[in-house]
Amino acid sequence: MAEGQFRSGIAGARLPLERYTDNFADLHPALDQHEALVEADRCYFCYDAPCMQACPTEIDIPMFIRQIATGNPLGSARTIFDQNILGGMCARVCPTETLCEEVCVREIAEGKPVQIGRLQRYATDVAMRQDKQFYQRAAPTGRRIAVVGAGPAGLACAHRLAMHGHEVTILDAREKPGGLNEYGIAAYKTPGGFAQEEVDYITGIGGIAIENGKALGRDFTLADLTGRYDAVFLGMGLAGVNGLATEGEELSGVDNAVDFIAVLRQAEDLSQLPIGRRVVVIGGGMTAIDAAIQARLLGAEEVTICYRRGKEHMNASEWEQDLAASKGVVIRHWVRPLRIVEQGGKVAGVELEYTTLRDGRLAGTGESLWIDADQVFKAIGQSFDPLPLNGGGSSLELENGRIRVDAEGRTSSAMVWAGGDCTGSGEDLTVTAVAQGRDAAESIHRALTANGRA
Amino acid sequence: MADITSNFVGIKSPNPFWLASAPPTDKEYNVVRAFREGWGGVVWKTLGEDPPVVNVNGPRYGAIWGADRRVLGFNNIELITDRELQTNLREIKKVKKEWPDRAMVVSLMVPCEEENWKSILKLVEETDADGIELNFGCPHGMSERGMGSAVGQVPEYIEMVARWCKQNTRMPVIVKLTPNITDIRYPARAARRGGADAVSLINTINSITGVDLDNFAPQPTVDGKGTHGGYCGPAVKPIAMNMVAEIARDPETRGMPISGIGGITTWRDAAEFMALGAGNVQVCTAAMVYGFKIVREMIDGLSDWMDEKGHRTLDDVVARAVPNVTDWQYLNLNYIAKARIDQDLCIKCGRCHIACEDTSHQAITSMVDGVRHFEVIDAECVGCNLCVNVCPVENCITLEPLAVGELDKRTGRTVSPEYANWTTHPNNPAARIAAE
Ligand SMILES: Cc1cc2nc3c(=O)[nH]c(=O)nc-3n(C[C@H](O)[C@H](O)[C@H](O)COP(=O)(O)OP(=O)(O)OC[C@H]3O[C@@H](n4cnc5c(N)ncnc54)[C@H](O)[C@@H]3O)c2cc1C
Ligand SMILES: Cc1cc2nc3c(=O)[nH]c(=O)nc-3n(C[C@H](O)[C@H](O)[C@H](O)COP(=O)(O)O)c2cc1C
Ligand code: SF4
Ligand code: SF4
Ligand code: SF4
Repeated sequence: MAEGQFRSGIAGARLPLERYTDNFADLHPALDQHEALVEADRCYFCYDAPCMQACPTEIDIPMFIRQIATGNPLGSARTIFDQNILGGMCARVCPTETLCEEVCVREIAEGKPVQIGRLQRYATDVAMRQDKQFYQRAAPTGRRIAVVGAGPAGLACAHRLAMHGHEVTILDAREKPGGLNEYGIAAYKTPGGFAQEEVDYITGIGGIAIENGKALGRDFTLADLTGRYDAVFLGMGLAGVNGLATEGEELSGVDNAVDFIAVLRQAEDLSQLPIGRRVVVIGGGMTAIDAAIQARLLGAEEVTICYRRGKEHMNASEWEQDLAASKGVVIRHWVRPLRIVEQGGKVAGVELEYTTLRDGRLAGTGESLWIDADQVFKAIGQSFDPLPLNGGGSSLELENGRIRVDAEGRTSSAMVWAGGDCTGSGEDLTVTAVAQGRDAAESIHRALTANGRA
Repeated sequence: MADITSNFVGIKSPNPFWLASAPPTDKEYNVVRAFREGWGGVVWKTLGEDPPVVNVNGPRYGAIWGADRRVLGFNNIELITDRELQTNLREIKKVKKEWPDRAMVVSLMVPCEEENWKSILKLVEETDADGIELNFGCPHGMSERGMGSAVGQVPEYIEMVARWCKQNTRMPVIVKLTPNITDIRYPARAARRGGADAVSLINTINSITGVDLDNFAPQPTVDGKGTHGGYCGPAVKPIAMNMVAEIARDPETRGMPISGIGGITTWRDAAEFMALGAGNVQVCTAAMVYGFKIVREMIDGLSDWMDEKGHRTLDDVVARAVPNVTDWQYLNLNYIAKARIDQDLCIKCGRCHIACEDTSHQAITSMVDGVRHFEVIDAECVGCNLCVNVCPVENCITLEPLAVGELDKRTGRTVSPEYANWTTHPNNPAARIAAE
């Protein structure tokens, strides 16, 4: 029987051991001091800087870069954390090519933006390595706030509330805090346990208790929370996964891409993680790309992303598509799955149909295509699961299937705020979740102090 | 092909690029390397009397840097040569013999007594050197001993020593001036009165380049203490050029040969000095930062530019800009210019806007119809050139003169064809008195 990479079916140990370390090393290694200074010197200190406007958390980018350039990395980190307490994670995971760096004037001028993300990492690394806590809690207000979900939205909200002197309890269904930082982000973007380090850094301010294994809708209801706390913030992310509604979806060997990634992120030993020899990923977003790349990095011989529209329609940025291509992932456009076919109880391949746009609508052309596969990942989107919200009290209003909030993060219920992926506002990005969590905290603080109780 | 051979006070060299008296010219080894790269001449590192001076054994240089740690300004607390006089003289003679087509000028600094100068001049003559340069410029160490800039700051001493030297040698005498003085014309005039053939300038400027904030000591720091050093490099070029131009246009010194020194790094810097009246140029810092090879760029650059412009010899260039250096009061107040932004080149950094908005005349937009857009408001623009200077993109903002007859939207007046300066301006009290 063929060994390693060429072994059919779903198996681990496809690669020599040392390859795993290389493959899952930092995608963007940290800048050393010299590199950081050279890069910082490139920033023009723009007025009303476009980069800053493009950052969902509105970090004062020209200022933090200038602080690096003048030899004050700690001051730089403070400038970053003032706006974004998860500046360390965002530096690693933000699709900067579609955010700050896309509009950097040096991108316009030379096609080479200032590497804002890597500079941000440089400064935040300096501060976090020293566990430098910049913020002190205000005098205790006696107010208690429940935060559901310890993802970026919940953590950012909790930190800001703690800063204002409130007592925060974060309740999260999972075993570990961090949300998708811990369970979703590609391993090569945040290697080495950074997600947990960051949680510790954030909670280092004090006044934040995290209770894991506590699920809303299972262990307590929203009414329980509004009864026991002065305010509630919901940062529950997207618990549901969209189904394919395709024959063969239930076969063993067909998995949700997010589940595969979560297992991968928690794996003690990547070399033991089983992966198919030939993998097909259905979808066109960041999750599809991450699943495909990591499948390749685990040693899958062939990985194909199948997307039902064109390159320009993909949610994954061009940069991410190129990254996937550079790792040997094949991206096929204008195909959709018809059927996943089994042989001997195992996945054998996917039958797809070519698609086209007809009168602006997607339609099959009738022509089909077969791709061999031992494993199929579904990555056609996550969805908000509203069920946990039920059970006592008036239910929250939804909008497009997610929690409806106003600009400050207020839901339809007076005591309840929400932010991050579980709301419909903004892109589903770590940095957006941080911005919304932070802003909701300010709104909660205003509400709790304005009514004279604090 | 342009002819860039140089004849400076009778001293011939294949090009006008000399190395200034400094570490690059301290010994045979360095000078021969320089000549191999093509330098036209050297002013040998300043000689003094035996026993030789000693230098500090800690840091002697400091610097300031621009982006990418490019050296902008350099500073030193080094003294004159710390080698035996005979060693230097022997090497000077040998190198001159082996490189007869290169200029060999010897820099000198001895105590202010005629006998001391007389005896060293005799020794230098025996080397067959082409000329001498009197170092009246060194601002640190030597000046504490009554030499260097301590002489250069007293015009009477300059005149006296220049005269002694002229009387005691056949060699042309170049007086090197210190910029650590309020009006450079006085020492230059003194040099001329003393009969000097030329002046060279500038020597270095008193400076402290930095302070070690952990130890609260100036840099370079020698065992916890520092002293002012001599500043040079690109940062001093504007100061040096003004001084050259002042001497070139002063009625008392006009026409006296000048060897231009101070921050020269490229052919263009050299051409600028020459246009302002320098007959040749001397370089130190650029060589110390980049090595001797830079002279090749200087030679090619100067000669290519001269070809392009149709200048045949250096005489076509030297002092060509001097007639255009004038006093402020003679500038044409009827000349009106406005900034123009080339929208295709603009990268929308907003620097021009914030500079003008915060610190000047509120004459550049930042937003037009809700879009980030930078454009000059003619009704506010005074043509100050600030935006041109702060824009990171070359030629993106230019200052364009208004044509005669065009309306200046700021003043509501049309541009007059007349030349009118401050001397006749109605707001000038002196002009009013004259008119009354
Ligand atoms: C595979 C993948 C890769 C991604 N890569 C990137 C990337 O590179 N860059 C980027 O910017 N964004 C990326 N994203 C998006 C980003 O991770 C999310 O936008 C972000 O994590 C949203 O934060 P959140 O706090 O709203 O939700 P989450 O991070 O999802 O956190 C929600 C938390 O709530 C908890 N929770 C859920 N339901 C309950 C309940 N009933 N009771 C209690 N707790 C509950 C969960 O356990 C979880 O900890 C990626 C997403 C995925 C899926
Ligand atoms: C390290 C150092 C030592 C110098 N020593 C002398 C010297 O011995 N005699 C002298 O006349 N000038 C000396 N100078 C001044 C230079 O000759 C020159 O006038 C000055 O550096 C300005 O030119 P630059 O900007 O090209 O360096 C020295 C300069 C430096 C940097
Ligand atoms: S747009 Fe680019 S150059 Fe301008 S401030 Fe931002 S990072 Fe600096
Ligand atoms: S330049 Fe040379 S002599 Fe000077 S400190 Fe560096 S290594 Fe030492
Ligand atoms: S400084 Fe130059 S590039 Fe920047 S906005 Fe102004 S004109 Fe455009």
